[in-house]
Amino acid sequence: MVTTSITVDDTGFLRLVLARADDALVLGHRLSEWCGHAPILEEDLSLANIALDLIGQARSLYALAGAASGHDEDQLAYLRDDRQYRNLLMLEQPNGDFACTIARLFLYSAYIDPYWRMLATSGSELAPVAAKAAKESAYHLRHSAEWLIRLGDGTAESHRRAQDALERLFPWTGEMFEPLPDDVAVPVAVWDAQVDAVLAEATLARPAPKWQQTGGRAGRHSEHLGHLLAEMQHLQRAFPGATW
Amino acid sequence: MLHQELARRRDPMWRWERPLLREISMYAQGLNQSDPAAVTASPEAARFQARIDAEDKIEPNDWMPEAYRRTLIRQISQHAHSEIIGMLPEGNWITRAPSLRRKAALLAKVQDEGGHGLYLYAAAETLGVTREDLVDQLLAGKAKYSSIFNYPTLTWADIGAIGWLVDGAAIMNQIPLCRCSFGPYARAMIRVCKEESFHQRQGYEIMLTLCRGTAEQKAMAQDALDRWWWPCLMMFGPPDAASQHSDTSMMWKIKRFTNDGLRQKFIDATVPQGHYLGLSFPDPALRLNPESGHWEHGPIDWEEFRRVVAGGGFCAADRLDARRRAHDEGTWVREAAAAFAAKRTARKEAA
Repeated sequence: MVTTSITVDDTGFLRLVLARADDALVLGHRLSEWCGHAPILEEDLSLANIALDLIGQARSLYALAGAASGHDEDQLAYLRDDRQYRNLLMLEQPNGDFACTIARLFLYSAYIDPYWRMLATSGSELAPVAAKAAKESAYHLRHSAEWLIRLGDGTAESHRRAQDALERLFPWTGEMFEPLPDDVAVPVAVWDAQVDAVLAEATLARPAPKWQQTGGRAGRHSEHLGHLLAEMQHLQRAFPGATW
Repeated sequence: MLHQELARRRDPMWRWERPLLREISMYAQGLNQSDPAAVTASPEAARFQARIDAEDKIEPNDWMPEAYRRTLIRQISQHAHSEIIGMLPEGNWITRAPSLRRKAALLAKVQDEGGHGLYLYAAAETLGVTREDLVDQLLAGKAKYSSIFNYPTLTWADIGAIGWLVDGAAIMNQIPLCRCSFGPYARAMIRVCKEESFHQRQGYEIMLTLCRGTAEQKAMAQDALDRWWWPCLMMFGPPDAASQHSDTSMMWKIKRFTNDGLRQKFIDATVPQGHYLGLSFPDPALRLNPESGHWEHGPIDWEEFRRVVAGGGFCAADRLDARRRAHDEGTWVREAAAAFAAKRTARKEAA
């Protein structure tokens, strides 16, 4: 029997692993869209590097989820529909301009970098993955922070674009702090301090607090994820059961 | 990959903070400038040719004939442009790669090509040009790049075929360039060739998986070979009788084998690989000559080659549009980085 579509009963630990894996895959996929189209060649390489790190993190996490769910990494990535995906809404949004891509990477990295470091020493089953991911996220945070500072304190146009990106992205950031099962919690104050320090250096203003859109962890996504998955899953869906 | 680590360490600001280096290289170019006709018989020219004949490497600040410099700038920059344009046809499948392993491998491969572009632009810059000027020539449609990248990637099997055939042909062309007389180009080629041979094995492995897969997958692999075979043979350039750059390039040891010789080596290496896959080549005249031991091929459509080189390729307009769009949409980013670098320098000086 050829498997065409899977549904994973992801309560408890599995929910945590899939949420973190889907985050890494979806953001990695978005960043990979820049490859060949970045503003400067060096950035084609850097964004591809970061995308590769994230796809690697997703694979390690899907391997753990596979042990718990009986599905391999490709079944988990390619045969779940968007209602089964657990990623953060912010990460599935289209790339927008370079400012938007960088600001999103920064806001996420400012959360996930302390998260991986906490998890690495937590005694969690994810600790080995977290220890490796922490080294990568430290670089992602540094790279995105440096660019955000450059854009914020660059020209009037780059400042405007960076500020617009923050306004656009902030309503998605609250979702990062939703608790997941069996997880460690990054204090909001840690993220605030990191974000505020970089925004200050970038001469950017922190957007005023407003409503926060959530739903990604429960599989209630924006319209964008369905298109991302339709593209990503195309071959696995068109040729069920084939080996690539 | 080595350059991933290099890219990771590289400060993205470097391009805006090394105008001095650029000035030095322009100055060096000025020193060496002389009329090529006048120098052919000069003592410098004789010494230069003697060094080439002795297999010495020529370095950027060494005396060199102006025509040697121009030939290298043309060849290295075309090579760099080919790497950059070459990111697009394969990049077309990054978001659709059929497994996470393939996705990561393809992304890493396309990233490697960007890295090759960087090394090559850097090698060209040692000859007194700037990457910005070279890129401007590409975007203006004035510079050439390998015509193979003007063909479309229609299925996943094209990713396998490009790795196996296009990278295979590129390696045939590039291995002799590792011994090129110009030091920076030769050294860049050594690094590039190592990565290319890894890509080629990866591409062949994709083809093998498809050919061992379902009937639909094997048909996909055959279709890709049918479409890529002839354009790959054209990658070695026009037949020797019609090649305009060969003689002097051979004399200067920029080039060591003829187009036809390299093409034959490629065919001899590749045909048995295709047969091992269980695929057939789209050339009814292809046959092994038992006396010479070489595979003989049918006539190549040089009319198509000339048309594609002249910009008439299937995807030529798309490829340049994609690069122009990336360049234009990135202008504000480069301006921001330059403005920030200037502010940072001013602050340092004020402090």
